[in-house]
Amino acid sequence: MKVLVCMSVVPDTTTKITFNNNNTEFNTAGVQFIMNPYDELALTKALDIADPVGGTVTILHVGLADAEPAIRKALSMGATDAVRINAAATDAQFVAEQVASYAKDKGFDFILTGRESIDYNGGAVCGLLGAMLDIPSINVITQLEVSGNTATIERDIDGGRETVSSSLPFVASAQKDLCEPRIPNMRGIMAARTKPLAVVEPISVTNHSSYQRFELPQPKQGVRMISADAPEELINLLRNEAKVIN
Amino acid sequence: MSVIVFAETSDNQYKKSSLEAVSYGKEVATKLGSKVVAVSIGNAGNPESLGNYGADEVVTLHDAAFAQFSPEAYAAAFASVCKAHSGSVIIISNTYSGKSIAGRVAVLLGAGMASNVVDYPEIGDQFLVKRGVFSGKAFAYVGLNAPVKLLAITPNSVEIKQHAGTAAVSAFAADGIAASKTTIKETNRITGKIPLTEAEIVVSAGRGMKGPENWVMIEDLANAIGAATACSKPVSDMHWRPHSEHVGQTGITIKPNLYIAIGISGAIQHLAGVSSSKVIVVINKDPEAPFFKAADYGIVGDAFDVLPKLIQAAKSATAQ
Ligand SMILES: Cc1cc2nc3c(=O)[nH]c(=O)nc-3n(C[C@H](O)[C@H](O)[C@H](O)COP(=O)(O)OP(=O)(O)OC[C@H]3O[C@@H](n4cnc5c(N)ncnc54)[C@H](O)[C@@H]3O)c2cc1C
Ligand SMILES: Nc1ncnc2c1ncn2[C@@H]1O[C@H](COP(=O)(O)O)[C@@H](O)[C@H]1O
Repeated sequence: MKVLVCMSVVPDTTTKITFNNNNTEFNTAGVQFIMNPYDELALTKALDIADPVGGTVTILHVGLADAEPAIRKALSMGATDAVRINAAATDAQFVAEQVASYAKDKGFDFILTGRESIDYNGGAVCGLLGAMLDIPSINVITQLEVSGNTATIERDIDGGRETVSSSLPFVASAQKDLCEPRIPNMRGIMAARTKPLAVVEPISVTNHSSYQRFELPQPKQGVRMISADAPEELINLLRNEAKVIN
Repeated sequence: MSVIVFAETSDNQYKKSSLEAVSYGKEVATKLGSKVVAVSIGNAGNPESLGNYGADEVVTLHDAAFAQFSPEAYAAAFASVCKAHSGSVIIISNTYSGKSIAGRVAVLLGAGMASNVVDYPEIGDQFLVKRGVFSGKAFAYVGLNAPVKLLAITPNSVEIKQHAGTAAVSAFAADGIAASKTTIKETNRITGKIPLTEAEIVVSAGRGMKGPENWVMIEDLANAIGAATACSKPVSDMHWRPHSEHVGQTGITIKPNLYIAIGISGAIQHLAGVSSSKVIVVINKDPEAPFFKAADYGIVGDAFDVLPKLIQAAKSATAQ
């Protein structure tokens, strides 16, 4: 069994977001970058499936060398080897093109991504990859079992859940509830130092989009406090001032 | 040239988010001087009704292949309509189903894609769309360069607008749709509840509620004001509530008109998922709770005292 897991590297969830150069650039000063939380789930699930049958799990990141600590973390969680495609990721389409070009002739049984990267929140790579590789794509999955040439998958749908079966290969995106993320242990951390990390040069692709500028949400005007003894005043304000309830 | 909208259904009814998508499409088409073609795949109530929201034409597709939702088949069929009608701007809702086809459609059309779109595009020298990034902590303006542009619109971002027009309905035969390699075995929909991602009002609670047994009050308040329910991460981690209710940076990002947070401290990761809500109410016994800084209205008090009174007040108000 051969599995590919795609990983993005994102600002830590506690990061206060600010921008530089007239709001055209994300300010990375002092920001700690981590493995995207959903990709930890994807990797853990891939390992849970591949390890018992002696399979391999390759972790793939499209990005520059500064992502190596996060890649080593994935290796310390148990990934067999890592690939870094040496290009700054400009958008989901660029990433998917790179991943598809790498994966197309490698015979992976399945590919996992995260449900979305918590920085650019595209939630797009899974579907893009599915179409580029002409394989099924199943997003926001909460359970995955592989048996022979078939996978049984549970996924979130709008207002519920559904169970689907898919032939292999496929690509799916990990949602919370899929598993608890693995925490690397000492042995894993030691082993990760010597695991292979291949650096592959990118293919050239046409950029479909360009980030022009950023904006922070409007700060609130200040909170209006209401006495705990007069909740009917709150209802009154919500109906007649804010007009958000009937 | 036309603007093509995917009209998603649930139980054979067009979803509210689909009506928003059609209205959005109309706005864009007016700016571009083109028409709106809404695409309805599978069985749906009454396709003509989409005319009321701005569709000039509705194309329906009926085929055994569409009896079940399949991202592959739906994306292929939808993309063939986009091609046949020379779609230059393609609108899909940023729902789970919408997102499961959006990427595939973008590849099939060679389109530039933006998901999580929260406003109308600026159309000038560039086609600029505003999208949520950093889980609601910021917005980005992205220029789409490809001739065909695909936008996935976040529900509750734009208003549904009524139009007087009627839509011409025609059937479309999509050829060459390959048999799907996936089969749906079972579908479980939560019935009788408003889906969180589409809700205009959300009542949400955190660890301050002490235990799952106290959610009766949260449900009561939600029912009294027609709200969906949500929760903080620890609450779903402890299985007090299903994970589908978890909002925040690692949960669902929502933007209802009203978000009421009860017994939630307002950690940065929680705020990320809810700060785009139009109006925020915070009820917390700690006057120093960080959430008050992000609130429009606040009550400092014990939820166990405030909630019964609030539910009562909401019920008598709606009874009037
Ligand atoms: C990687 C990462 C990702 C995360 N992602 C998310 C996320 O997506 N969403 C999320 O919500 N969190 C997330 N968190 C967790 C977040 O940091 C907070 O721990 C969490 O939001 C706190 O939940 P809470 O407010 O329910 O609980 P607490 O922080 O324990 O707050 C409880 C609040 O209830 C109040 N309270 C107590 N009793 C009462 C009472 N009787 N009446 C009224 N008020 C009362 C207290 O004053 C307090 O403010 C994440 C954390 C990490 C590290
Ligand atoms: N730069 C990247 N390199 C590798 N995989 C990525 C990259 N960016 C995103 N992904 C994968 O795609 C998923 C969804 O990302 P996105 O579509 O950007 O929200 C992530 O959870 C990753 O699994």
